[in-house]
Amino acid sequence: MNKKKHIIEVKNLEKRYNKAPGNAVDDVSFYVEEGAFFSLLGPNGAGKTTVISILTTILSKTSGEVQIAGCNAETQADKVRESIGVIFQNPSLDGNLTAEENIRFHANLYGLFPYRPRFVMMDPAYQKKVRQLAEVIGLQNDIFRPVKTLSGGMKRKLEIIRSLMHRPKVLFLDEPTTGLDPISRANLWQYLQEVRRKENTTIFLTTHYLEEAEGSDYICIINKGKIEAKGTPAEIKKVLIEKYISADSGDRQKLIQELKAKKIKFAGTGPFRMELDGKSAHELIAGIKTPLTDLLIYNPTLEQAYVQIISRDLNEK
Amino acid sequence: MKNNLIAISAIAARDMTKLFRDKTRILASFIFPIIFIGVLGTSLQANLQGSLPYNFLTFVFLGVTAQTLFQSTASGIISLVEDRQNDFAQEMFIAPISRYAIIMGKIVGETAVSLVLILGILAFGIVTGIPLNLPGVVKLIPFFLLIAAFGGAFGMIVMANIREQRSVNQLFPFLIFPQFFLAGVFNPIKQLPLPLLVASRIAPMTYAVDLIRSVYYSGSPEYQYAVLFNPWLNLAVVAGLFAVFFTAGTYLFVKNEKNR
Repeated sequence: MNKKKHIIEVKNLEKRYNKAPGNAVDDVSFYVEEGAFFSLLGPNGAGKTTVISILTTILSKTSGEVQIAGCNAETQADKVRESIGVIFQNPSLDGNLTAEENIRFHANLYGLFPYRPRFVMMDPAYQKKVRQLAEVIGLQNDIFRPVKTLSGGMKRKLEIIRSLMHRPKVLFLDEPTTGLDPISRANLWQYLQEVRRKENTTIFLTTHYLEEAEGSDYICIINKGKIEAKGTPAEIKKVLIEKYISADSGDRQKLIQELKAKKIKFAGTGPFRMELDGKSAHELIAGIKTPLTDLLIYNPTLEQAYVQIISRDLNEK
Repeated sequence: MKNNLIAISAIAARDMTKLFRDKTRILASFIFPIIFIGVLGTSLQANLQGSLPYNFLTFVFLGVTAQTLFQSTASGIISLVEDRQNDFAQEMFIAPISRYAIIMGKIVGETAVSLVLILGILAFGIVTGIPLNLPGVVKLIPFFLLIAAFGGAFGMIVMANIREQRSVNQLFPFLIFPQFFLAGVFNPIKQLPLPLLVASRIAPMTYAVDLIRSVYYSGSPEYQYAVLFNPWLNLAVVAGLFAVFFTAGTYLFVKNEKNR
């Protein structure tokens, strides 16, 4: 098996804001393989934006180690900045400039093309690229309109093509679909998947929508600054989801005796909750002779497991 | 280095583009000097002229020019706070360029903006017949640039320590308005009670205003009445404070931005 390069490596990351009583991010470690689609999942206030801010060099950490594309996020910040693109939670477009001027500004900041005061005076390669990208996202008629007149979905797409201008190795997306309608969301994801396929861009997503994370290669669930679970969606399901059977019988005493005799773990006084213990539901039920009056197989979705994790602390309070 | 220069030009150009789209700012920048020169200057001129050895309107006009340059760039730089709240600043801060290039671009841009505004004010002065000798004004152009940049650096040091637009709106008038009077925009500050004299000599705008006047009046008979310090002294103070404000301001700004 060929081992893929870790494009992001985070070790024991900690962040305590000034005058804050506790850590916003507490001993977080994970890595992301090159070309992967990685999701940092968690409720609001879990520390997702803090993590992404540290990874994108705009916030300093309290302790720990962060490497992006082989460079240290603190001491080699400029190198890191060259290899990343970021879509922030709040739109970072200048509403007074046109869509094209926002892209031009970005191209200039990254030294891709020298600055010229008008679009037609810019490098022909730049003009061609902008027209192409505008077409891809269906903005060809609005590219010279001020950004403040564009819809939310359009703005997001504009930010994405802008962040891809310098062909970053890693694209960070901080809750990119917040405030978008379902159609815009679907469009956006379709476009992002296309980019990923073509450019092998690593995608680092933070989201509180589970269904957005479900399509990723690797998920890290974070809550109150701590990692609660990490792995592929399938692994997370396996660890988090407890499948069980709930059953009842007209003759409960007989059922209890039988369950005890067959060493099937159960709980409750009826209906009974029986653990599968590695067996399939069918195997378990087939082994029971006492007539059952009620039978339910519980197979929670990842969504239910996620809600359970993030509400655990709420329940403890 | 080349990338930083491209970035500086792009950041500066953005401010210029925004100026021409912001009609309110253009209008606001003109109203103030027009009221000062037109109303205050003219009425004081009528009362004072007999007893003054220099033309009071010219004197006020030069003062207002320096004050406008200083203040306009300072408040322009403070718009970085607004950028930060609209999250546009993040776009600049994740770019692979020097943090000094970001601030430099901002200062260059706001300086250019102030120069455009000052040209309009000069045109207004000439049209309304304020006695100005043109070679004297042309001589001032490089100093206009310096004072605008100086105002930018002053804005930088103020902004470095403020996080919110609301605090800026509350604090900035306190830092600017007393300077109007302490800097002697309307009158040469030669005799004042000691505490006010000290305050006047501390106010950075004093040296900006006096630099413009000392250059304009140098070699003329009005010099000894209308000017406080030698132009070289003014130049040294302005250049020195610019260097300190710019370096310390940028350093503090970047540090406060990252170490939250």
